[in-house]
Formats: sequence, structure tokens, C-alpha cells
Amino acid sequence: MSGLFSPRAWNKIWIYRETFLLGIMNTLKTAVIALLIALMLGIIFGLMATSNRKILKSISRVYVEVIQNTPVLLQMCFLYYALAFSGHSPGIIVTGFLALGIYTGAYMAEVIRAGIESVPKGQFEAAQSQGFGYAGQMFYIIIPQSIKVILPPMTNVIVNMIKNTSCLYIVGGADLLSLTYSFVTGENTGGSYAPAYIVCGVIFFLICFPLSSFASMWETSLKKRDQKVFQNSTPKEA
Amino acid sequence: MNTLDGSLSMLRNPAIIKFILQGVLFTLIISVAAVLFSIVIGTVLALMRNYCTGKQTGVLKALSVIYIEVFRNTPLLFWIFICVVFCPAPGFVDRQMFGLSSVNNKLLFKAAVALILYTSGVIAEIVRGGLNSVSHGQIEAGQSQGFSMLQIMWYIVLPQTFRAIDPTLLSQVITTIKDSSFLANVAVIELMARTKQVLSAANRYNGLNSINVSDVFVLFGLAATIYFVINFSISMTVRNLQKKKMTVKVKKTPVLEERRQTGWAYNG
Repeated sequence: MSGLFSPRAWNKIWIYRETFLLGIMNTLKTAVIALLIALMLGIIFGLMATSNRKILKSISRVYVEVIQNTPVLLQMCFLYYALAFSGHSPGIIVTGFLALGIYTGAYMAEVIRAGIESVPKGQFEAAQSQGFGYAGQMFYIIIPQSIKVILPPMTNVIVNMIKNTSCLYIVGGADLLSLTYSFVTGENTGGSYAPAYIVCGVIFFLICFPLSSFASMWETSLKKRDQKVFQNSTPKEA
Repeated sequence: MNTLDGSLSMLRNPAIIKFILQGVLFTLIISVAAVLFSIVIGTVLALMRNYCTGKQTGVLKALSVIYIEVFRNTPLLFWIFICVVFCPAPGFVDRQMFGLSSVNNKLLFKAAVALILYTSGVIAEIVRGGLNSVSHGQIEAGQSQGFSMLQIMWYIVLPQTFRAIDPTLLSQVITTIKDSSFLANVAVIELMARTKQVLSAANRYNGLNSINVSDVFVLFGLAATIYFVINFSISMTVRNLQKKKMTVKVKKTPVLEERRQTGWAYNG
């Protein structure tokens, strides 16, 4: 354990705390912009997957399958090198949020599709019969009902995305984990492996744990509520 | 000579193809081995988290909760970096085998350990989902028949659990195959790392003395196609399994299904 109990190593972390702050900033920046891109793509492709047009459905299917079945690292490398070798090097962070946004968008699309499909078909028909247009139907009837089903898995997708910001390492890395790595292997700063990794891990944990426990708590309470509704409603039916 | 022709000519080079196919083999072996080991560790963790609720065993539950939450909320690459530095490599990997040098074998072992540790946390949660789907009456029935807790788990609960979660476990293989590409970060020899290696030396193979965009498209396109074919066929299998499961459930156990639907013996 190199330097776990040495005050010097811990002190070094404190001296170079700027590195870690920069890492957090870069990771959060990447994650937030990627999240916006992912939400946009997710909504577009999620709605396409639930539409009645076959062509839209299959476009969305192809996007989701291709993206979900290849590693995000490969997509990121591909994007980075393709742009770099054609002479428009976009920078690490830009590559990061583009690739992560596109990757996470596929998962968002699946989550949104599943959420919309969880609303009974009668609701769509009822909305139509009341003269709602497509936008009104989605906005007033379908989305409010599906949002509680969508949110927990969506939070898990976001947690995964925050963890995936570490992929930036392969294209040069400016995120928290890459900066930690270059900190512990750097010539002037190197050596204090254990403290640096502990700091980095704790930061990731502090960001991700509240999100993921919120998601699982919400999911459990949803299940319980469904069960209650389910049990209360059965005697009336019987 | 056109740059695209140059890039495509790399695909006709048997040495490069062999190099990449070996990478595919390593990817598959690493992923499947990681999932198998993780199922063992994950099951133990899930059992500890679900059933060690007594006074003396509570500490085991706490440990498994900590393990699962820590590994689920930190990136895989983080554990790879840590294992590469801290994980001790046993003697038997410290030699030449699989056509790799002893340094590479040690690296492979350490990175694989990280992958197993990380995947165990995920699989533990999957197994827990399966354990929760087995109704509590099963355990009570086992106890009334004089089974010990270990026997109940082994003969009654776990078989039902695994039957319930096998599609999910199989789709975890897809995730692990994708995750194994993270090993490329520490230059372990799998598909992703080998593709990058070929790309960085593409100027020597495409006959143009320079690396072009078309090389990127051809090489990463090849790797993406390989990943896609493997993962897509697994996900098709998963979908078929799930479909089969639905129909079997409805067909074979109409009474149970009816009871479940009417809230009788419902155990969500």
C-alpha cells in the first residue's frame, strides 16, 4: 500500500488539490452536456420507436442495436481518430460528450420507449377520441403517466454515464480518473497511489451513490404501491 | 493508389487478420471467465445481503452491502488501475503462455481480476432480484421438511433463482464483453487493444506510409462489426429465452398464473 498511512503522501494530495478539482469539473461538464445530448436523442428515438410508422420504428431500432451492441470505448476512439485524421481535431472534452451522448442516447431511447409502452393502449385511444393532437396527447396524457416508470431506470443510465466519463482516458483524458492516474504516475507528483485513488473513488462514490440509491428506493416504492393497488383492486373484480 | 484501397488491403493481410482474431478470442475468454467467476462471488454476496440478517451474521450483510454499493458506484477503469498496481499476481501466470510474454500475462491476470470484482457487484444485484422473486413459502416449506438453511438454498431457492434470471445473466455477458474493452486502457491484449495497435502501425501495412481516415474507418469498422455480431446474436438469444419463458409460464402453470394474477400467493 504505497503511502496509505504516510502523511507526506496525503499532504501531496492537498498541495495538488487543484488537479482533482479540475478533474471533477471536467467530469461533470462532460456528463452534463452528454446528458443533454442523450436526453434529446433519447426522446427523439424513443418517440420514433413508439410511433406507428414502420420506417421510423426501424430507424430507431437500428440506432439502438448498433450503439448498444458495441463498446462505448470503441465509439469514442472511432469518433476521435476519424475526426483527428481528417484534420478537425475536436478536443478531448468535445469528443467525450459527443460519444457519451450518442452512446447514452441509445439507452435513454430504450428507457423512454419502455415507459411509453407501459401506458395502456386505451389511454392513447381515449386521448385521440377527445381530440388531442399527437403533441397534446403525449404532453398531457402519456408523459405524466409514464414519467414515474421512466425516472428510476433513467437515473441508473445517468449513473452509468458518469462512470463512463472515465473512457476519456483512452483519447487523452481530462476527466477525474485520468487526471488521478496522471497524478500518481507523474514525475513530480507520483507515488502516492493509495491516497490519490481513495480520493478519486470517494468522489465518484459521492456523486453516484445518492443517484443510484434514489433510483432503487423509488423503484421499490413503485413496486409496493403497484402491489397494494393490485391487491386492493382484486376483490372488487372477483 | 487510393487510400481506401490501401486500408482495405490490410484486411487481406493474413497476419493482421490472425492478430485481430486472436484478440477476439481473448475478449471472449476473458468475458466468459469473468462472468462465470462473478456468478459465484455474486451469488455469495447476494445470499449474504438477503439472508444474513441475524445478530451475529449481520456483519456479513453489512460487508456485502458495502461491497456491492462501492463497486456499483465507481467506474470499472478505476478498479483496473488499482488492480494493476496493487493486485498480486500468483506465480503460475508469471511465465510465457498463450503466446504472450510473462509481463503481458501478469497484466492480463490483474486486469481480469478487476473485471471480475466489478462484475461481481453487478451480478450480485441481479441474483438478489432473482432471490426476491422466489416466494418465502418455499423457504418455510424447506424448513418444515427438516432441510438446513444451506440445503434450502442449494436445493430449493438457488435453482429457482437461476431459472428466473438466466436471460438477465446472459445479457450481462454482453455488458461484460463491452466492458472488457476497458482493458485496452492498460494494453491488455484483446480486440480493442489490438485494433488500436494495428491502427498505430497502419502506415507500415497499407503501403502508403501514412495513417489516413480510411484506416480508422476500416479497422474500427471491422472491430465494431465483430463486437456487434457477437453481442447481437447473444441479445437475440436472450430475447428468445424471454419469449419462451413467458409462453411456458402461461401454458404450463395456468393455475399458479391465475392465482398470481388474482393476488393469491402474489409475491412481486
